[in-house]
Amino acid sequence: MSDHDGGPERSDVPEVPVQATPGVSGGGAPLLAVESVSKYFGSVIALSEVSTSARAGEVTCVLGDNGAGKSTFIKMLAGVHRPDRGGIWLDGTRVEFGSPREALDAGIATVYQDLAVVPLMSVWRNFFLGAEPRRRFGPVSLFDVAAARRITREQLAAMGIDVRDTDQPVGTLSGGERQAVAIARAVYFGARVLILDEPTSALGVKQAGVVLRYIAAARDRGLAVVFITHNPHHAYPIGDRFLLLNRGRSMGDFGKDEIDQAELTRLMAGGAELEELAHELARTDGAAPPDSGARASRLLAEDADELGRE
Amino acid sequence: MSTAEGVADERLASSSVLRRLLVRPELGALIGAVVVFVFFAVLSPTFRSPAGIANWLDPASTLGIMAVAVALLMIGGEFDLSAGVLTGTTGLAVTIIATRFGLNVWLAVAISLVLALVVGLFNGLLVVRTGLPSFIVTLGSYLVLQGLNLGVTKVLTGNVLVGGLVGRHGFSSAHLVFSSSVVLGGTYFKVSIVWWLVLTALATVVLLRTRFGNWVFAVGGDQVAARNVGVPAARTKVLLFLTTATAAWLVGTITALRNTSAQADAGVGDELTFIVAAVIGGCLLTGGFGSAIGATFGALIFGMTSVGIVYAGWDADWYKLFLGAMLLLAVFANRLVRRYAERRRG
Repeated sequence: MSDHDGGPERSDVPEVPVQATPGVSGGGAPLLAVESVSKYFGSVIALSEVSTSARAGEVTCVLGDNGAGKSTFIKMLAGVHRPDRGGIWLDGTRVEFGSPREALDAGIATVYQDLAVVPLMSVWRNFFLGAEPRRRFGPVSLFDVAAARRITREQLAAMGIDVRDTDQPVGTLSGGERQAVAIARAVYFGARVLILDEPTSALGVKQAGVVLRYIAAARDRGLAVVFITHNPHHAYPIGDRFLLLNRGRSMGDFGKDEIDQAELTRLMAGGAELEELAHELARTDGAAPPDSGARASRLLAEDADELGRE
Repeated sequence: MSTAEGVADERLASSSVLRRLLVRPELGALIGAVVVFVFFAVLSPTFRSPAGIANWLDPASTLGIMAVAVALLMIGGEFDLSAGVLTGTTGLAVTIIATRFGLNVWLAVAISLVLALVVGLFNGLLVVRTGLPSFIVTLGSYLVLQGLNLGVTKVLTGNVLVGGLVGRHGFSSAHLVFSSSVVLGGTYFKVSIVWWLVLTALATVVLLRTRFGNWVFAVGGDQVAARNVGVPAARTKVLLFLTTATAAWLVGTITALRNTSAQADAGVGDELTFIVAAVIGGCLLTGGFGSAIGATFGALIFGMTSVGIVYAGWDADWYKLFLGAMLLLAVFANRLVRRYAERRRG
């Protein structure tokens, strides 16, 4: 286990030549710019020359299959890992985070899929965990429980979440609601960049839709959202920019006008590989009618969609 | 895409009153304490007399002080097996320093506190730095302290019983603070009961109404999640080990001043009793859940049973059997309650 409190020495990071802030061209400066970041773990290249950007009030989707480098990518943004090459710019200023706390203080909040909340603790205790409001009573300062309860209810309501009993343990909430609590929390604590680590992947179709609505709510409140997913059907409707990762390399960083859903899905599903597989399977099916190749191909494409949906 | 579905589908069913009551960790211990009280009160008039009550509150108080501190540590997700033998170490330190080195008793008490904090710091730092289970780490320090208690005491005094605190400088005032009795309605109550009640109240406020208390629940419930949101997990745990060490110092001092002597094997085996009291009080062995008041009720059950068995005219040998049964019952009840409270919906 790596100690998140610690982090590597600053001298480990190779010097990067001073350069102009990347990604500034057109549409105003992005809030978050990632330029040619690479990360190595020993001889393993976890991430190589990946660039993208995120603007306030927009959603940048990071798509990739398992092992594509998605989690390495967000861990660099979250301050868990340091990039070995390249850099991260926040508001046009180069930033280097030594710990998750530093990233958080800079306004980058990360909502991890499972690690965002403590299940046995109540909703309001979780909401203020690590940033408890306090009130002075004479010489002692106590956790302002009344304010914590009230603000939690208000903030959840503002995100369109109706948790009537904020005293219940977070463990009793559904997966979508837990994500929602974590998102509302990040928004309340002044996050400017919100990183969501596969918030929809463990959820059913309906729950995933609910979480997407919360993402839209966070976006509409002016946050730059970085949405990590392996599902193009979740990404395309909400995304403004799409970074595709495959085996640690960028397969492209597209604006919404540069790519359509079919192409996004094709790239995600492995594109050419899948078509080849369809042909292969079609040849083995000798008794099928002549158009069976096309049919099999279509069915496989549908399967790929389903796979993307988990 | 199902985003058109109403938010109403995500609404939670409101918790029933029963459910909210049952998730209180101390409820089981409260019921247990009432049952044990009624049981012995019916059997023995002495048990329910003021003098009898003072009698069973006394063992409950020293156990309770430890159980409350151990409960905080267990909620924080750790064990301290050295807490029992540390009560012996601190008592020995007070007695030896005051009698063999001739220091003022208050100074001896202060040095004993420093010793206890060193042990607590050692336990805490070793656990958070190495990541080893605290069960093993404190088992090690438990054995080390047990050996030191016997070895050092024999080397310095040539005996396993150190006495002679009476009449030393500062003894009477220290005895007043730690080990005297308070008259209430014609009955003498030990002052340790006051310490116990004050510390239970303090621990409850800290746990439920301070930032630190929130961190205790968090590091015990999910340390990685707690750290990810910026909770200083290591510091929180070290402070909890210092808390059990401080409680052990208080109990060791109370016991030494009361007996005006200390035994080299004092406190050995008590560590499990503290944990049992905390578990009966609703603490989960896995951490993240429990209460200080519950641990106090757990200690109360112990105190009432140990004295009640004698009042009822039974052989005191049955005491341990009763406690074992209580522990199993409490663990089963806690698990049922927690499953019910945590049952996921939606």
